[in-house]
Amino acid sequence: MLVPPTVVLVTGVSRWLGGALAVELAADPSIERVIGVDTVPPSPAMLRRLGRTEFVRADIRNPLIGKVIAAASVDTVVHMNISSTPAGSGGRGAMKELNVIGTMQLLAACQRAPSVRRFVLKSTSAVYGASSRDPAVFTETMQARGVPSGGFAKDSLDIEGYVRAFSRRRPDVDVAVLRFTNFIGPRIDSLLTGFFRMPVVPTALGYDARVQLLHEDDALAVLTRATTGSFTGTVNVGGEGTLLLSQAIRRLGRIEVPIPTPALGSVGRFSRRFGFVDYSPEQMRFLNFGRVVDTTVLRETFGYTPRFTTEAALADYARTAPPVLSPQVVGGVADRVRSVLERVGDTATSVGERLRPAPRAPGLRAVQDA
Amino acid sequence: MPEARVIPLRPDDDDPYVPPAAQPGWEEQLAGGLEFLRRRVTGEYETDEFGFDADLTDHVFLPMLRPLFERWFRVESQGLENVPSHGGALVVANHSGTLPVDALMTTVALHDQHPASRRLRLLGADLVFDLPFIGSLSRKMGTTLACNEDAERLLTSGELVGVFPEGFKGIGKPFRDRYTLQRFGRGGFVTAALRTGAPIIPCAIVGAEEIYPMIGNAKTAARLLGLPYLPITPTFPLLGPLGLVPLPSKWLIAFGEPIETASYGPGAAEDPMLVFNLTDQVRETIQHSLYQLLLQRKSVFG
Repeated sequence: MLVPPTVVLVTGVSRWLGGALAVELAADPSIERVIGVDTVPPSPAMLRRLGRTEFVRADIRNPLIGKVIAAASVDTVVHMNISSTPAGSGGRGAMKELNVIGTMQLLAACQRAPSVRRFVLKSTSAVYGASSRDPAVFTETMQARGVPSGGFAKDSLDIEGYVRAFSRRRPDVDVAVLRFTNFIGPRIDSLLTGFFRMPVVPTALGYDARVQLLHEDDALAVLTRATTGSFTGTVNVGGEGTLLLSQAIRRLGRIEVPIPTPALGSVGRFSRRFGFVDYSPEQMRFLNFGRVVDTTVLRETFGYTPRFTTEAALADYARTAPPVLSPQVVGGVADRVRSVLERVGDTATSVGERLRPAPRAPGLRAVQDA
Repeated sequence: MPEARVIPLRPDDDDPYVPPAAQPGWEEQLAGGLEFLRRRVTGEYETDEFGFDADLTDHVFLPMLRPLFERWFRVESQGLENVPSHGGALVVANHSGTLPVDALMTTVALHDQHPASRRLRLLGADLVFDLPFIGSLSRKMGTTLACNEDAERLLTSGELVGVFPEGFKGIGKPFRDRYTLQRFGRGGFVTAALRTGAPIIPCAIVGAEEIYPMIGNAKTAARLLGLPYLPITPTFPLLGPLGLVPLPSKWLIAFGEPIETASYGPGAAEDPMLVFNLTDQVRETIQHSLYQLLLQRKSVFG
């Protein structure tokens, strides 16, 4: 029987997706309290939207989080405070600290709290890695053939491991692990949105990744459903269909600049310094090979079909990213080239006819003679 | 004993005469080409989850391979009626020729000469996808990694899958071993067919062995480059890039009677003895039809 959550704790509430989830949950009258936790306070605009959500400025690495959970008798925990880029959290060391140690502390607090019934983890499909030796499409039961060696993917694998251990120790807690593909949309701030916002997009020369996207609205709907629903287990969350990275860049009217892989590292350092995007080794591998997940479990067991396909999600994002090379310009150039070439062709044909007049049809001659 | 099939000698006898379609004028060709370029620049084409780009394959890859198929190797295909017009099936072929030209020619044969213009989705070794350019181009042509997950996914979605179970042992074998099949991997292709109930179509390719006769193997250099073999042919590396021009051998591609697997049930994939037996049956069939094709061919370049 489905018991709706009464008190929900959302970590990482100051980021767009966490905040949006808190807003969504706060709008549900059956939920008594929504508690948002983050190390940084939300922006004033976000704070206004959060409404009745209670914000607790706490670090999940701090035992204080245990007191919050116990005092409010939280029954559902949504863990979203996982950083994907070193830039946002002050370096790789701090990022790992927040991701891994933070999760361990949070899980330790949850294990002590008898009120906790449900734990939702926002994980990533990066746990499957990205290599040339992997199958094209990952199902939930597959494991990375080349285990990600560092960075966000390694953190996510570790986090999933700790969550599995937690669910063994507390079998009464329902655990849902959501493995999201890359987010995209007009409002969300993700690895790819930053990447695609650059007018000139550097990619790995000689490689083309398969990209599966998830629209921010679908991500939010899946998180809400996972929080209030009864799904337990692991589920891949991604939009229908895939695009190639080069194709996505073209659709956005960006200019792709393929760079040899050894040089891409220094471009990455350069762009990180100027605050664009940072390329870490695992993101490089993602750019080389890409990653696609099977979403049968999402549609059939979890019971949600994303409203946006990968193509539609990209098109929706494109509304906010004006193209450098617009399709109208391309179409205009194509038409002009065509008319010029046709004129050249017509001239050539008429010149050819004048130089070598076509012989008169012999059949007609015979009729005339008769 | 399966029922005998009636195969009309001249299947198109009853069809009314249809004049061949007029060659499109240069205006239409130009418009088509520009439209293709516009699509490529704006990204308005479809690719699937394996990275297959049908638009690029139809307008670039296949037209590039066609002269090689029609003029250079003068490929003749036989038994195309054994390839079903729809639904999943596994084409299992012998592999040879130093470079996988045989895979490309089989793709062209099935697309251009099969009545249903079937697309062959090839399974390639992981080395292929490690290599820059070659890896991404292979994916765009519809190739994916040779693993059971991908093969089964393609077969269940009704695709025609092509596999070369000999792998590098076949394609990189010395010229003196031509037309002798090597070991057929570990029978992974049979398990994929059994799990999905897809028929196995044995396919024998004659002609690929002679395109780059491999008379030596620079093993040390190959190891340094991380390649399974580095061929030495009469023209390569002696003539440099000119040595990459394949010899114009005469090709025959024969598709044999399908071996159905559906009646065994998906559980049969767990029976190693059955898998070994089926693997051997497919191997024997291909070896036998290779000998037959060799007898049919008048001469290597004839």
